[in-house]
Amino acid sequence: MKFGIIVFPGSNCDRDMMHALRDDLKQEVVMLWHKDRDLSMFTKDDCIVLPGGFSYGDYLRCGALARFSPMMEQVIEFANNGGKVLGVCNGFQILCEAGLLPGVLLQNDHQKFTCKNVYIKGESTENLIGGHVGNKALRIPVAHGEGRYHADAETLKKLQDNKQIVFRYCDEHGEVHINSNPNGAINNIAGICNEGRNVFGMMPHPERATSDVLNNIDGRAILEALTHMN
Amino acid sequence: MKYTAHINIMPLKELLDPQGKAVSNSLHNLGLTNVQGVRVGKHVTMQVEAATADAAEKTAHEACKKLLANQVMEGFELTITEG
Repeated sequence: MKFGIIVFPGSNCDRDMMHALRDDLKQEVVMLWHKDRDLSMFTKDDCIVLPGGFSYGDYLRCGALARFSPMMEQVIEFANNGGKVLGVCNGFQILCEAGLLPGVLLQNDHQKFTCKNVYIKGESTENLIGGHVGNKALRIPVAHGEGRYHADAETLKKLQDNKQIVFRYCDEHGEVHINSNPNGAINNIAGICNEGRNVFGMMPHPERATSDVLNNIDGRAILEALTHMN
Repeated sequence: MKYTAHINIMPLKELLDPQGKAVSNSLHNLGLTNVQGVRVGKHVTMQVEAATADAAEKTAHEACKKLLANQVMEGFELTITEG
């Protein structure tokens, strides 16, 4: 099993992700340039990661232009064939723009870029990540200006009914309430998956919480989950 | 024929527009306290080579739907002029 990390112009969490996966989780990692279009070395057991950052300078809308990178066509095909895909922060925004995940990430309700530790909690055990992390509150950093998840009522109901909500923002005791929501995301949603449960998107950065040196390893379980079979 | 598409893209009315809210607060600080309901969107112009105005509009419409506007969060309207 191996991970592929796609580097877009403006990605800035790609190396963090590489260190977390390679040095902390001892996984094989391949860095992939967005202009390439070859994912033939990856099988369904592997995982493609879209890292955080500001791809294409966030021009037009966050993630809107990265969605048309040559490599994204391959990622869409890989995902549609059941391959595991994780998008973190800007990666989550790209997955929404690409239509691999429903909804959209809007500007934070308080108008500010937010960069701090928050707590999130697995919402359902019926997906790879949720099944692995359980329902303990995890302390994970967020760093975004556009992280307010939004979807229309019908889509939200579908996400809820299909148990596609992976993480909600909560407090350190695991209580989900408005005060633990860092950006105004609807229903405190911090991460979701697709219907096939092989494409995951989340705003918080698990790769920034996998090292004892950083005094936080709550993110390990999230990334470790992806080393398992779907 | 060369046509110009003039496209307005606005956040959907039912969604909070933080940018509009910030601009609104600044206008109030300027003393323009009678200003309300500021919403900030995008204006895009582009030239389209097409046989007719209808064909140009069709192209611009496709551009909006596929890239320029994300209809989960934005609406768009467009007009076509000659030249």
